Amino acid sequence: MSNVLRDWQSSAALVLALLSIVLPLTDAGSVGLKAVLVLLVITAAVAAIAVRAGLLLVVILFVGAHLAAWLLLQSLGGKTGMAGPSYYFLLAAAWLLAWRLVTVLSALKIDNRAGDLAIRLGIPLLFGIWVLILWEAIVRGAGVPFVLLPPPSAIAARIAGSVSTLAADVNQTIVKAVLIGYALGCTAGFAAAILADRFGFLRRGLLPIGNMVSALPIIGVAPIMVMWFGFDWPSKAAVVVIMTFFPMLVNTVTGLAASGHMERDLMRTYAAGYWQTLASLRLPAAMPFIFNALKINSTLALIGAIVAEFFGTPVVGMGFRISTEVGRMNIDMVWAEIAVAALAGSVFYGVIALLERVVTFWHPSIRGG
Amino acid sequence: MLDKMAATSRPTERATTQVVSARKLSLTFETNDGPVHALSNVDLDIGKGEFVSFIGPSGCGKTTFLRVIADLEQPSSGEISVNGMSPGEARKARAYGYVFQAAGLFPWRTIEKNIALPLEIMDYSAAERAERVRSTLELVNLTGFEKKYPWQLSGGMQQRASIARALAFDADLLLMDEPFGALDEIVRDHLNDELLKLWARTNKTICFVTHSIPEAVYLSTRIVVMSPRPGRVTDVIESTLPAERPLDIRESPEFLEIAHRVREGLRAGHSYED
Repeated sequence: MSNVLRDWQSSAALVLALLSIVLPLTDAGSVGLKAVLVLLVITAAVAAIAVRAGLLLVVILFVGAHLAAWLLLQSLGGKTGMAGPSYYFLLAAAWLLAWRLVTVLSALKIDNRAGDLAIRLGIPLLFGIWVLILWEAIVRGAGVPFVLLPPPSAIAARIAGSVSTLAADVNQTIVKAVLIGYALGCTAGFAAAILADRFGFLRRGLLPIGNMVSALPIIGVAPIMVMWFGFDWPSKAAVVVIMTFFPMLVNTVTGLAASGHMERDLMRTYAAGYWQTLASLRLPAAMPFIFNALKINSTLALIGAIVAEFFGTPVVGMGFRISTEVGRMNIDMVWAEIAVAALAGSVFYGVIALLERVVTFWHPSIRGG
Repeated sequence: MLDKMAATSRPTERATTQVVSARKLSLTFETNDGPVHALSNVDLDIGKGEFVSFIGPSGCGKTTFLRVIADLEQPSSGEISVNGMSPGEARKARAYGYVFQAAGLFPWRTIEKNIALPLEIMDYSAAERAERVRSTLELVNLTGFEKKYPWQLSGGMQQRASIARALAFDADLLLMDEPFGALDEIVRDHLNDELLKLWARTNKTICFVTHSIPEAVYLSTRIVVMSPRPGRVTDVIESTLPAERPLDIRESPEFLEIAHRVREGLRAGHSYED
């Protein structure tokens, strides 16, 4: 009995499966498929309650939850908006089994590094997959209008069907505007921080003005940049420069002040010059702050470049595509661009975070202690 | 720098050459609560090869005096010379090594890279850097820990590494500001013993700030007792202990006699009142 309570997800899944025996699956569903589904969920739930722990439990839950979800999506066939009560009951049951699976995986202790890594990657992956499964199943089951929210499968099909368009947009927006603007903006912010540190009048004069520049609304600046730098990517890169400059400036200035008095006194006892102290002490100590700025800027740059394209651009680019395809009601293309942007942004952020781990390995937040 | 090393090995020079010489040295910090007289009319000479301890309660100016020698603070009035130069010139000539209260090792550098830091700044060749890192690590018994990062070592080992860093460029004056203050008694005894051996081997001049009476008596050839408000020297005690000092010398009557005098000196300066 205690097992039934402890594994309440499987128990609830069992109850939901039993309930769905008496309720219709879809408006025109086959009885055979429903019987298979109910049997599958009941078997998986009972087995999960009985097995309690270990790899076998993981396999039972994994197969049970995902096979049930796949069969449910199959039961809809090509029709949408035909789902009956037991469709949602069984979907909820499958989702509960997946919930139990993630709980079991999180508690699992594995000694070897590869297994540990697999679990660390597998848990968020399962989470993501289930967001997509629920999205797909509910949108198709309830017949949500395509324009409001297309199912992930349609978005995936659109991505697969428009690889060349998407590649051209990524090249225009990310490779040119984002990366070039990011590199220029971060470098300029860093250089300005060093100058402000070296020369007191710049620190007093530049920082407040930099503050004001960062407060400039991007919506207002973007059209002006188009006037200055033309329709193509340089105007978008300019917007990115403006957006990324200030976070880098402020973080670097703060970082340069992060080294301790004692360490600076130490450099003074060596009669070290300004640049020697900067290179040996103050810049390494500032690295955690600089990487913070690099990470913040990686997302800011992407937003800036996409939004800037709303204000005049050649007929290519992610922002251009989003704004025109919305007008044409091609919502799946908009979602495809969003998915690609999210993926590119994650990769961008991930690369910088990885670099951070390599450079600031010594920092307590990374070495863990 | 190497010829200085040769000069210090002649013991006859001890009394004749002044490494540090202060005359009517005063330093006043201006704070929001009014002026603080950190040092007031300090007269002191420190000869070559001496081991001088500065002892007194917080606020007596012992650390400030060390920092004035190191050109980390500027005196308000009076005169001070280090190796016959102004403290600023001495600092630029890399005349001293300074050991702080905390080890202050750079966490992004390995132990050997930390010790090589002053050598890099002073433009030593790579070969000479490697040789000096090796020999100073041996001097502080840290051989084998070259590739470790500071945060992988104990507090005592970190402080030994910071002493090695101060020794690496072989300045003949070593300024130590409560280097063992944060360590436990057992580690401190051990490091005191090692420091004495190191001093005997290298024959450097050492200025050592502490607020431990046994530590001051055990280590020093001379003990400068200071008292606060204003920071001043109340007594200077010559140690009569032999140069060879095993740890158990601290139970000898002679040791206790000197410790008693230090305690009396601190009491005379009203140091116990606060």
